[in-house]
Amino acid sequence: MQTEQPSSFSFTSENLDKANWHIAKYPEGRQQSAVMPLLDLAQRQNGGWIPQAAIEVIADMLDMASIRVYEVATFYTMYNLSPVGEHFVQVCTNLPCWLRGSDQVMDACKKVTGCGNGETSADGKFTVLEVECLGACVNAPMMQIGDDYYEDLDSASTEAILNALKAGETPKVGSQAGRHTCEPAGGITSLTDRYPDRAAKSGGDD
Amino acid sequence: MPKITIDGEELEVEAGMTVLQACEQAGKEVPRFCYHDRLSIAGNCRMCLVQMERSPKPVASCAMPVGDGMVVYTDTPEVKKMRQGVMEFLLINHPLDCPICDQGGECDLQDQAMAYGMDHGRYKENKRAVEDKYMGPLIKTIMTRCIHCTRCVRFSTEVAGVTDMGLIGRGENAEIVTYLDQAVSSELSANVIDLCPVGALTSKPYAFMARPWELKKTESVDVSDAQGCAIRVDSRGPEVMRVLPRLNEDVNEEWISDKARYWVDGLKRQRLDRPYVRGKNGKLAPATWNEAFAAIAKATKGVSGSEMAAIAGDMADCESMLALKDLMTALGSANIDCRQDGSKVDPTVRASYTFNSTIAGIEDADALLIVGANPRWEAAVLNARIRKRHLMGKFPIAAIGPAIDLSYPVDWLGEGADVLAEIANGSHPFAEVLKTAEKPMIIVGSGAAARPDGASVLGLARQIAEASGAVSGDWNGFNVLQRAASRVGGLDLGFAPGEGGLDTAGILDGVTSGSIKVLYLLGADEIASKDLDKPFVIYQGHHGDAGAHVADVILPGAAYTEKDATYVNLEGRVQRGQLAVFPPGEAREDWKIVRALSDVLGQTLPYSTLAEVRQGLVKANPVFQGIDDIQAAEWGEFGATGGVSGAFTYPVANFYMTDPISRASATMAECTDEILGGGEGKTGTDG
Repeated sequence: MQTEQPSSFSFTSENLDKANWHIAKYPEGRQQSAVMPLLDLAQRQNGGWIPQAAIEVIADMLDMASIRVYEVATFYTMYNLSPVGEHFVQVCTNLPCWLRGSDQVMDACKKVTGCGNGETSADGKFTVLEVECLGACVNAPMMQIGDDYYEDLDSASTEAILNALKAGETPKVGSQAGRHTCEPAGGITSLTDRYPDRAAKSGGDD
Repeated sequence: MPKITIDGEELEVEAGMTVLQACEQAGKEVPRFCYHDRLSIAGNCRMCLVQMERSPKPVASCAMPVGDGMVVYTDTPEVKKMRQGVMEFLLINHPLDCPICDQGGECDLQDQAMAYGMDHGRYKENKRAVEDKYMGPLIKTIMTRCIHCTRCVRFSTEVAGVTDMGLIGRGENAEIVTYLDQAVSSELSANVIDLCPVGALTSKPYAFMARPWELKKTESVDVSDAQGCAIRVDSRGPEVMRVLPRLNEDVNEEWISDKARYWVDGLKRQRLDRPYVRGKNGKLAPATWNEAFAAIAKATKGVSGSEMAAIAGDMADCESMLALKDLMTALGSANIDCRQDGSKVDPTVRASYTFNSTIAGIEDADALLIVGANPRWEAAVLNARIRKRHLMGKFPIAAIGPAIDLSYPVDWLGEGADVLAEIANGSHPFAEVLKTAEKPMIIVGSGAAARPDGASVLGLARQIAEASGAVSGDWNGFNVLQRAASRVGGLDLGFAPGEGGLDTAGILDGVTSGSIKVLYLLGADEIASKDLDKPFVIYQGHHGDAGAHVADVILPGAAYTEKDATYVNLEGRVQRGQLAVFPPGEAREDWKIVRALSDVLGQTLPYSTLAEVRQGLVKANPVFQGIDDIQAAEWGEFGATGGVSGAFTYPVANFYMTDPISRASATMAECTDEILGGGEGKTGTDG
């Protein structure tokens, strides 16, 4: 666990309402099932990581032992138990993304933020992390920043996104190559009469 | 009942069994690491794989319930190969450090690798290394050896009822930890050492002390409390190296408390290894046996029987108590008592001082009232049985006394004895709960029975038991939770005031007033009196504790590991302990000392062999005939009808230090410091 811990944690009244809404979803005696959404709420409220105090607060709320909450929090990689930067950059480096150039994405991250894998920038703005498959292989390579996916990346687009975030702007989410969701890279090859503007130029199968 | 075919052999098994249990019933050995009879099923080690017809994949037999018509194979070449594969995976990260591992020689992984291991490893990569964890003064951790069977986590959560341990992380990063690196706060914590199938959790006090094959194993019974847990004493030469639990389904299943396991280093300290006589200068000086006996003969000369008294302590064995009782009777004294705590239980009604429901009977009960007892500290293994019953469900538990954590939820009715009176007269709602229950149980603490109004407390408890139908047919729900190994045995053989004799309180009054001139303490160290310097005190025991400090003559006796002796546990079960090592120095077995003394005093006792003493025991009370048996005690009138008042308190202030052996034990002192927080307020200079 992170050595420097805040001494206490409490949910904001808004988050407390959300927490109670989650807890109420489960039948009497099964309140412990709400442990994962509550950990997520705590992480969001606390700037992207879960302090030990929050684990104990949640354990108390759900009437379970702290160690059981801690087990859940350590099992799932999407819970952070130590502080992360304002923008939490997770770059997929699994096979499809790697074949499509995730190394260049990592290099671009290093160039803009100065962070290698697992590091947080000095200004506290970025944390960069290599992660396992995030399930957007069709648009590889990709990265997740906060809750948003950025897909079809290359060095230039990655740098542009990170620079925009650095400047406080909001970059465009999704495919950076201009395609609509995960349609074929060259444009659609069916239903072309309905969406003529998204049809493939040559009509071949991409 | 489903029929199942195992290796071509058809057998009928109980529904709800697992395939592994069925295989065991068929006499087939199935290797396993994570599966344990008394714990929930995890199914994560995969070592118990078997082949099953119509199943495309091997099946983890520990987690597969039996079904009718299953055809299972446990001995095919395929099964062997599967298990070899599992073993190879387990050994990827397990270090090959058996020569420096304390588990070596009694390691499940080592043993099973003999059958399923490969002769070489194919894995060239680095093994993972895991930081060792702190788990208190008893459990040593070498976490790199852990194979993540989670037996320790399941034991501490399910049996011990403490939520300190857990498995964090996942996959290759999984680790067993205690929350925030705290010591495991259970009186049963060291059982995880036995449960650990590898050398990840080993015994800290026993670290690098001995190898299992160089130890002499002696089956015996524990005397650290009144449960009489089955133990195995492992010794090397004159030294007791360690104590391990032994299976006894009726008493301790396969657990023992940390005190029973780790107080043995106290057997090497503060020992009385030669007789002492207090000289003219008021100091105790070493003496020979003859000199010690002569001093006693001189002091008792001309003292009448009514001016002599004897008190037996908490760990006295039945043979020595019988010998002392017979000697005192021969000397004309009826002032004998084995209730050194002043308990008001009735020596004439056996049901008034035993745990009549029996320990295994707890599992049949359906409501429980605890009166002024802390079973977690007074009988830790029995407490685990109550927790086990609680986990089965539909078991309301209420208690009278200061609220404490008993490891299961308890309805605390109040601290005062007045609540007991309310339940007795039926005005308290819990009286109704007991009444509607089919097999209600009442546990009266030994501390509650030792109060000045203890007789009334017992009377009220009897009233509740009778009113709620706790005593009917072959069920007797009235229980006294004794905490001294000698107590039930002493009362059974009649080490209690005879006609016109004084009980402990009377004897101590006599000591103060000067009417008792000679006091014989048989291992009695917890005597609440400041005037013990007044009479001539003979102390017979094995440790230089409170009793020896006030003694005029010290007769060195044997500790429980050093004699063949009979004990009766709190249920009334007669059990035999065995000699594992010889008493140190000139110390002798206790009954022999009394026998030798009787000769000097001219009242020679009519037995000279152990067999003859044991015949004497049977003559004193036929219950001593049935070894390992319980003879149900007959119900009768006992207790008083007076009023009770005041809050209950618990007699044990520190679980780890209750008697001369544990007070002399360095390990127990460490536990007191680190687990009970006795070390709070320590400064940096305390080392």
